[in-house]
Amino acid sequence: MPDDLINSFMTGPDENGRFGQFGGRFVSETLMPLILSLEAEYEKAKTDPTFWAEMEDLWKHYVGRPSPLYYADRMTKHFGGAKIYLKRDELNHTGAHKINNVLGQIILARRMGKTRIIAETGAGQHGVATATVCAKFGLKCIVYMGAHDVERQAPNVFRMRLLGAEVIPVTSGRGTLKDAMNDALRDWVTNVRDTFYCIGTVAGPHPYPAMVRDFQSIIGKEVRWQLAEQEGEGRLPDTIIAAIGGGSNAMGLFFPFLDDPSVNIIGVEAGGKGVDDRMEHCASLTGGRPGVLHGNRTYLLQDNDGQILEGFSISAGLDYPGIGPEHSWLHDVGRAQYVSITDVEALEAFQLSCKLEGIIPALEPSHALAHVMKIAPTLPADHIIVMNMCGRGDKDIFTVAKHLGFDMKI
Amino acid sequence: MTRIDAKFADLRARGKKAFVAYVMAGDPDYATSLEIVKGLPGAGVDIIELGMPFTDPMADGTTIQLAGQRALAGGQTLDLTLKMATELRKTDQTTPIVMMGYYNPIFSRGVDRFLEQAKAAGIDGLIVVDLPPEEDTELCLPAQKAGLNFIRLATPTTDDARLPKVLTNTSGFVYYVSITGITGAAQAQAGDVAPEVARIKAKTDLPVIVGFGIKTPETAASIARVADGAVVGSAIVERIGRGDSPAQVLEFVRGLAEGAHSV
Repeated sequence: MPDDLINSFMTGPDENGRFGQFGGRFVSETLMPLILSLEAEYEKAKTDPTFWAEMEDLWKHYVGRPSPLYYADRMTKHFGGAKIYLKRDELNHTGAHKINNVLGQIILARRMGKTRIIAETGAGQHGVATATVCAKFGLKCIVYMGAHDVERQAPNVFRMRLLGAEVIPVTSGRGTLKDAMNDALRDWVTNVRDTFYCIGTVAGPHPYPAMVRDFQSIIGKEVRWQLAEQEGEGRLPDTIIAAIGGGSNAMGLFFPFLDDPSVNIIGVEAGGKGVDDRMEHCASLTGGRPGVLHGNRTYLLQDNDGQILEGFSISAGLDYPGIGPEHSWLHDVGRAQYVSITDVEALEAFQLSCKLEGIIPALEPSHALAHVMKIAPTLPADHIIVMNMCGRGDKDIFTVAKHLGFDMKI
Repeated sequence: MTRIDAKFADLRARGKKAFVAYVMAGDPDYATSLEIVKGLPGAGVDIIELGMPFTDPMADGTTIQLAGQRALAGGQTLDLTLKMATELRKTDQTTPIVMMGYYNPIFSRGVDRFLEQAKAAGIDGLIVVDLPPEEDTELCLPAQKAGLNFIRLATPTTDDARLPKVLTNTSGFVYYVSITGITGAAQAQAGDVAPEVARIKAKTDLPVIVGFGIKTPETAASIARVADGAVVGSAIVERIGRGDSPAQVLEFVRGLAEGAHSV
């Protein structure tokens, strides 16, 4: 574990956008000049106090930050082990962590003079956040969403349309997040001059993985001072846990703690029907190998010939065959541990959160919670777990009802 | 001198422009695709672009996406694509074959192993859409070292400041993408293309070939007039997709080649 800056885990990516072998800029030439100008614009904004002043103002008055760090006492008692805290990012405006990042990207887009915003979305949370911020700033917004996801996340589709966004159902591939990202890239390459691509996770070509991570890091930064406020000066969490599709909420929680060796870091991937050779899951790190897709090298679900496989998960937000490149690197260097949770386990955690804490979680953080359920009973009472409750479950009630055999027709 | 260099020297000597045809390897199945590929030189094709199917072709429009899906559904693999080149080389030693596609299937195979196999199969050059100059150490430099041409795409967004970077390490020819967009989209306009080709040619001695948005013999002719040649992909692939016989496809190709060669 590092104890000096030279060995810090927080210095990546390098000038080529690499975290070790992962990351990079694997895009077509048409997009390359724009990616470079975005990088320059972001580098400028990063050290510009007026940029962060605008962000902080919007985070506070528009999003409702800081989100609470909540001690889940009944859940803690129920498991009889570690002390469980939930970072309540589901209480943000639009109901998830996604808006933290969208605000940053839209402010950048405005600085770059772009008037047309495109986004991809899986569960719809990033699409809703993008549509929301575009409405606030009067920007044209187009959201690509897999046709399969349009169907299973109907409330979010309607929300986006109410907010004035155009939702384009994507029918190529199996109609999920991966295919939506392909079509968003095709749109971008066609409309490169006036369009800004607002990517929803810590993936894509450099500088997106680093930029999205930096915007989401507000989550971990708040946890640091909030925990100290509640548990005493200098007290760090012993374990931090978050769910991972592309991995933006996890990166946001993890990043500020990477150089604190006492903090145990766990990412939870979607195990779908189980991580085995049937490949009906989205656990890229547990069941994939390094490859190149959507602008970056990272762990991917793929066959022996390098063809990308479709993921499978009950959660549309985790249904992606890749993962952010920084997670791949943290996995390979061993700084973070990555586990998987099945659909069935996540559904159980979903219900437990409702009953014990009065919090209806999204299916994505339900995966993280399911892992908390596994480890909390085995840990001592003075062990502090912080889990990122990255989204609320209103959008998922139809899916959950279907799986629990409950008839929603009135 | 590679087969590509030799081909352009020959075309120059005859005062002709190049006609380049793209087909997706294995579309709709291996046997049909091989029959079409074998017929391309006879139909007037100077350089063959052999598409490597990929599940996520991010720079391609619907026509080529569907061709890739048909090929993969028909069981096409990287091994079979290389085998097609080997088969063609049994009867044709001069027509350059350029493999075109995306990086992951190559990366998955292992760059060194792939280059060795491609060379052995008689492949002459590579066009890999998602490898800009910034990623040259991945495949471009090893490919050049192995004696394969690495053909780069220049686009309308490649400005003067960036152009030298794009031209460095490019060999064989420069592929100018006539539009900002995906394959099979808008119609290429010779009037827009001419100054761009001139801009590139001022900075390189390599031939400049233009592709994207060329669908008819007339457009092929108008583009060939202002460049060193024209590429047609989607328009040919569309005919394969709708079930035209290899003879019908080759007849269409012959018309396009005549267009490009008429100037």
